[in-house]
Amino acid sequence: MNGNAAVPAPVPAVDSCAEVNAGEREVLRQRGQREVFCGLTGIIWLHRKIQDAFFLVIGSRTCAHLIQSAAGVMIFAEPRFATAIIGERDLAGLADANDELDRVTDRLLARRPDIRLLFLVGSCPSEVIKLDLDKAAQRLSKRHAPSVRVLNYSGSGIETTFTQGEDACLASLVPCLPAANANESSLMVVGALADVVEDQLLRLFGDLGVGPVGFLPQRAANKLPPVGPKTRFLLAQPFLGDTARALEARGARHIQAPFPFGVEGTTAWLRAAADVWGVDEDRFNRVTAPARQRAGRALARYQDMLAGRRFFFFPDSQLEIPIARFLARELAMTPLEIGTPYLHRQHLAAELALLPEDAQLSEGQDVERQLDRCAALRPDITVCGLGLANPLEAQGLTTKWSIELLFTPIHGYEQAGDLAELFARPLQRNTALAV
Amino acid sequence: MELALWTYEGPPHIGAMRVATAMEDLHYVLHAPQGDTYADLLFTMIERRDKRPPVTYTTFQARDLGGDTAQLFKSAVRNAYERFRPQALLVGASCTAELIQDDPGGLAKALDLPVPVIPVELPAYQRKENWGAAETFYRLVRALAGPHVPDSTATQPKRIAGRKPSCNLLGPTALGFRHRDDVQEVTRLLDDLGVSINVVAPLGATPADLARLGEADFNVVLYPEVADTAARWLERSFKQPRVTTVPIGVGATRDFIAEVESLCFEAPAANPGEAASRLPWYSRSVDSTYLTGKRVFIFGDATHAIAAARVATEELGFQIVGLGSYSREFGRDLRAAAESYGVQPLITDDYLEVESRIAELQPELVLGTQMERHIAKRMGIGCAVISAPVHVQDFPARYSPQMGFEGANVLFDSWVHPLMMGLEEHLIGMFREDAEFGTDARPSHLGQAAETIGATDAARYGEAPRDSTPRNSEISWADEAERELGKVPFFVRGKVRRNTERFARDGGCAVITLETLYDAKAHFGR
Repeated sequence: MNGNAAVPAPVPAVDSCAEVNAGEREVLRQRGQREVFCGLTGIIWLHRKIQDAFFLVIGSRTCAHLIQSAAGVMIFAEPRFATAIIGERDLAGLADANDELDRVTDRLLARRPDIRLLFLVGSCPSEVIKLDLDKAAQRLSKRHAPSVRVLNYSGSGIETTFTQGEDACLASLVPCLPAANANESSLMVVGALADVVEDQLLRLFGDLGVGPVGFLPQRAANKLPPVGPKTRFLLAQPFLGDTARALEARGARHIQAPFPFGVEGTTAWLRAAADVWGVDEDRFNRVTAPARQRAGRALARYQDMLAGRRFFFFPDSQLEIPIARFLARELAMTPLEIGTPYLHRQHLAAELALLPEDAQLSEGQDVERQLDRCAALRPDITVCGLGLANPLEAQGLTTKWSIELLFTPIHGYEQAGDLAELFARPLQRNTALAV
Repeated sequence: MELALWTYEGPPHIGAMRVATAMEDLHYVLHAPQGDTYADLLFTMIERRDKRPPVTYTTFQARDLGGDTAQLFKSAVRNAYERFRPQALLVGASCTAELIQDDPGGLAKALDLPVPVIPVELPAYQRKENWGAAETFYRLVRALAGPHVPDSTATQPKRIAGRKPSCNLLGPTALGFRHRDDVQEVTRLLDDLGVSINVVAPLGATPADLARLGEADFNVVLYPEVADTAARWLERSFKQPRVTTVPIGVGATRDFIAEVESLCFEAPAANPGEAASRLPWYSRSVDSTYLTGKRVFIFGDATHAIAAARVATEELGFQIVGLGSYSREFGRDLRAAAESYGVQPLITDDYLEVESRIAELQPELVLGTQMERHIAKRMGIGCAVISAPVHVQDFPARYSPQMGFEGANVLFDSWVHPLMMGLEEHLIGMFREDAEFGTDARPSHLGQAAETIGATDAARYGEAPRDSTPRNSEISWADEAERELGKVPFFVRGKVRRNTERFARDGGCAVITLETLYDAKAHFGR
């Protein structure tokens, strides 16, 4: 461990050219129907990650139905999420919504003594009726202390789009992080990752001499990573703007880097942290070379299938830009349009610099006009949400469900091949079928 | 506030979407926040529809709330009309838009579009999906057929002699459980009876088709949850009688035929289609003897649950141990049915309540929705799906109706499949000491043991697996008796355990010995 690297080393030359590039790049913005999930959807992967947390949505029957439908199958007898469905009595003021919430929470926690962390998750209706969940969380935290901590965040569609739900959830955790030792530098990796990916990254950072390393979120709510002025953090996901701001407010500093998708992204991401810790070139190469080569071999299997294929991203998870960069640079695919629900220029600066210049970026959505553009371009593969996939397939377009990019481990060297495979499989299937 | 883990029904606007998506040339503009578009995937993924539902959402966000959401709604309606050119527009609000009170109906009317604009108000904080479907269908029928209602002084035109009698088939929607195949089966049945179909609605109907609903002689209400309200209005307005027998099962299909014939004047054909009915013979064949008295728990929408109860008892010889429904609107019908079978009705939309009732009753077969399929899988009980809500595997590629004589054949196959075959049950009983069969042998055609599947799932997702035969805490089992119980084949073990414990409790005995076990066996038989 190298504790004296206080000065952030600049991430390679791409950074500066990114700013120019990002500034010049034209972004198509249209306003119309947005065919995207709301932030509540994040509960589906967050509840698997934080194993002693429970997510209680304060919302309508629509919220309950959304989570149930987006999750697909109901495999859990008692999942670690539920909806407190607002009824007519709550709206009419006959029942004090806060009393009702207390009653529902008591019932829930009595049933589930294993729960240590309860998130009250705001929704569109709870926000429109201005139910104060901040206050409710404070009140309930007192009531159920010390066994259960109660936090709140908004996953409403009027405030958040899909993955922003994870951002809001993690940001709500930041004030609870313990204070870090003021004399020791530490690294925090931010964004929900599969356990297997965390373990791979821990080994790499260990071999590089970078650390100690903490992850946000953690598998157990009582093992939150410490944060302080000597904490540097890497974002593992491109949609964590609020969380980054909250960490900065606690003194931590962001390490700018491309995102760890593919060999190039993973190398640049690790490199950025290694530079901060003053890891020399030799050591960096020695540690990463085996995994880089392995990932290169895994990618080679898909290169023939994917090279030259034209792709189109409908906006969904904010992962579109880093993944388009990976597809374009490591698999020689051609981006047509890269739609993203929200473009965080600062966090994506390094990524934008690496994107082919002729790729059309779009931010936000008018789904009807975007479908027209897609139909006119007839891409070889279209990445879109579940509502659009079958209708596009029926028009003869090959599609990839974007939600798999959240549910499948795709970060890091060992998953680079898996990420390529996600795009190769629909094309292979198309070739294989003769009906 | 009501705590919900899983819900049987979505909000009422989902019901409206099921009606709109079933129809042609109709477009629904829904005032709704960003995120409500998730509903599209119900249709494109679960039902594998190859088109997007004909729904435009305003997808407002927080920044719009400060501005003019009404204007946003108006431009969404105008754009949707320009793009899709429907024969009629349906307009409404989802739960959040209901709170901001923009009056979608009034706003859309003000645009003065050259097609009918039909507002539907669906109180999202009081009502649910099926009610939303029924209300939407009623509003559509009323708005489109209303102008053709004869004035009260005019008499209904008599049917012309020699013309085939005709009817409407009402109720099938998108995302309905086997609606597509039921329509085909019932159409064929009616054709055999010499009855022609005037309109099927909402499935496949255009707004123009709804306008001519009044031309039929009578209405067939296939799915009362969706069509009852509209059919009652048609009855009042056009003097069209309703056929209310739902033809699920052989007996109900015969009753349905009789009811249709009573509305026609021609001499009835002799049991049309009965030749294709295999259920009666299959049920009487000796292999089916083993079905006698199988304890079955039934839960679903009211129509399917009540129909399943009749088929289960009269046509398969099962014993009903529990009957329930999430359709509160039809609670009275369900309670009456439960009373006739001598069981407690269970009217609830609380999934946990259904689960605990099943655990308590220890049935040998569960007939339910996809929720009960998951419950049954965890408990290692056989299960067949009889009602919505359903999942992607309940939209089979093959023809698989629930209604009519072919539907009854399908019921026989799909309900008997999860159980052990007759001869197989006896052989396993005979050879149960053999390693291959063991005491946990499962139906050979089901491959992996259900309990194992449940356990794998539970392990994979970190949930504690459950014991399929809950123990009774006040009574204990002597080792010897417990070992003997282990020799009983798994498919009756739960029942033997329950019966023996009841016997012990009634006799005030705290420890079950080998003697108690066999005393109980003698007491209960089998």
